[in-house]
Amino acid sequence: MDKNFAARRRRDLFVAAALAVIAALAPLFVKDVYVQNILILTLMYAALSQSWNILSGYCGQISLGHALYFGLGAYTTALLFMKFGVLPWFGMLAGGTLSALIAMGLGYLCFRLRGHYFVIATIVIAEITLLLFHNWDWAGAALGIDIPVRGDSWLKFQFTRSKLPYFYFALVLACVAWFVTWWLEDSKWGFWWRAVKDNPEAAESLGVVVFNSKMGAAAVSAFLVAVGGSFYAQFVSYIDPESVMGFQFSLLMALPAVLGGIGTLWGPVLGAAILIPLTELTRSFIGGSGRGVDLIVYGTLIVLISLALPRGLVSLFSSRKGAAR
Amino acid sequence: MTALLETRGVWQRFGGLVANSDVSISVGRGEIVGLIGPNGAGKSTLFNLIAGVLPPTQGTIWFDGVDVTHMPAAERCVRGVGRTFQVVKSFETMTVIDNVIVGALVRTTVMREARRKAHEVLEFTGLAARADVLASDLVPAEKRRLEVARALATEPKLLLLDEVLTGLTPTEAQTGVDLVRKVRETGVTVLMVEHVMEIVMPLVDRAIVLDLGKVLVEGKPSDVVRDPKVISAYLGDRHAQSA
Repeated sequence: MDKNFAARRRRDLFVAAALAVIAALAPLFVKDVYVQNILILTLMYAALSQSWNILSGYCGQISLGHALYFGLGAYTTALLFMKFGVLPWFGMLAGGTLSALIAMGLGYLCFRLRGHYFVIATIVIAEITLLLFHNWDWAGAALGIDIPVRGDSWLKFQFTRSKLPYFYFALVLACVAWFVTWWLEDSKWGFWWRAVKDNPEAAESLGVVVFNSKMGAAAVSAFLVAVGGSFYAQFVSYIDPESVMGFQFSLLMALPAVLGGIGTLWGPVLGAAILIPLTELTRSFIGGSGRGVDLIVYGTLIVLISLALPRGLVSLFSSRKGAAR
Repeated sequence: MTALLETRGVWQRFGGLVANSDVSISVGRGEIVGLIGPNGAGKSTLFNLIAGVLPPTQGTIWFDGVDVTHMPAAERCVRGVGRTFQVVKSFETMTVIDNVIVGALVRTTVMREARRKAHEVLEFTGLAARADVLASDLVPAEKRRLEVARALATEPKLLLLDEVLTGLTPTEAQTGVDLVRKVRETGVTVLMVEHVMEIVMPLVDRAIVLDLGKVLVEGKPSDVVRDPKVISAYLGDRHAQSA
């Protein structure tokens, strides 16, 4: 049994490495900038969803306010660069750390809430912050921030001529988020999180400090999402409150994980690989005409998949017990 | 040698309802003690106070020489209190082995060590063959045993069993009784709440009978079942006189 378990973990790692190599080679064949753009977004959402999955999937604290951390990452990086000339790499770390701290602060207040009340709190807090940024003049208010272009360089993490550097960064980010999940899955934290999700009272009786578990999950989750936000700010080079902190980001982080399989290692990757191209394609092919047709198609698909496979798409692939939760 | 567990003058009120009034009991090391009594006697409340689900309104609880009255449940577990739940609370989306690993992680953070310990406990409780099954797929008797296995993985000094033998078939209950004996042989003290008298009485060294929130009688099982006060608490005064 132990051998099976170890073999499964190794297989997961191997499959991930193989997928990463395939993805890394993709630009050799994909020269179309539009398609490259879709690939970048797919990788980014895979990373974001994977991070969201740590708090909401593994630890079971459903957040629909992760746009907050995404936006904080984007704003921290952009503001530090514009106002103080701090390189985006440091901005990324600062944004991640700030988000992790805020996530713990909010967790301190909100983790007493259970179920739907917690979800509502996450939405409300993200919306309040969005409004604050709308009215914060120093941070550009509703007009947002145009990140000054200082020429292509890795140091400043700016590229105007080619999208490929962004592609590779997004790939690394997705790999890191996946690997962190893989690593945590078979650790004390991973077990504590799943126990907290399934039954906090029983978890407590087994020595699990429920509150600390949730705080840990929130911090890791927020940090990684904020790094994603920092990346996004550099990638689009213009941010305003709605375009980095809007509610749609919270949804777009949650949906791939839910669709692919919430609380699973592969769910977010699989979900993002299907959802994000689908979003982009429906938008570009049928989005222009009647405004909303793309969303109808998109929404219908989500409903159909959830009805047919309530445990997510990974349940199709995996016969192993306990894999699909 | 001091008792492993002691409650001193414990009261628990829920609004106007007094669930426990002035309960002082003690459990010695290595004992199997049965906590019995009719419905509403306050057994479960006392049990939850000892496990640390909530602090008592008044009085103190001592475990292993330490005042644990206000200690949270998780910390009590670290100190050596293991428990099961009357209504089973398995981690349903996790496999049986993973359920037990959660318990084992109290004593180690090395995953390989926790996994080894979990296998050992599953072997001990007779669940080894079901290790890779989802907890939600277990039958009720197995779920009860999983509760015990999980608690044992935390290496408790005191194991609190909340009606683990209730609602089982006679064969299943007998397997349960054997398991409790085996647990005690490993040096674990057991305090069990039970309804099914005929199964519990031969098993326990000592029985504490609660009625209306108070300790009614305490003593050897054979004496307790003949005590008129106990019979009257269970069956009414008429039966007590004829006994």
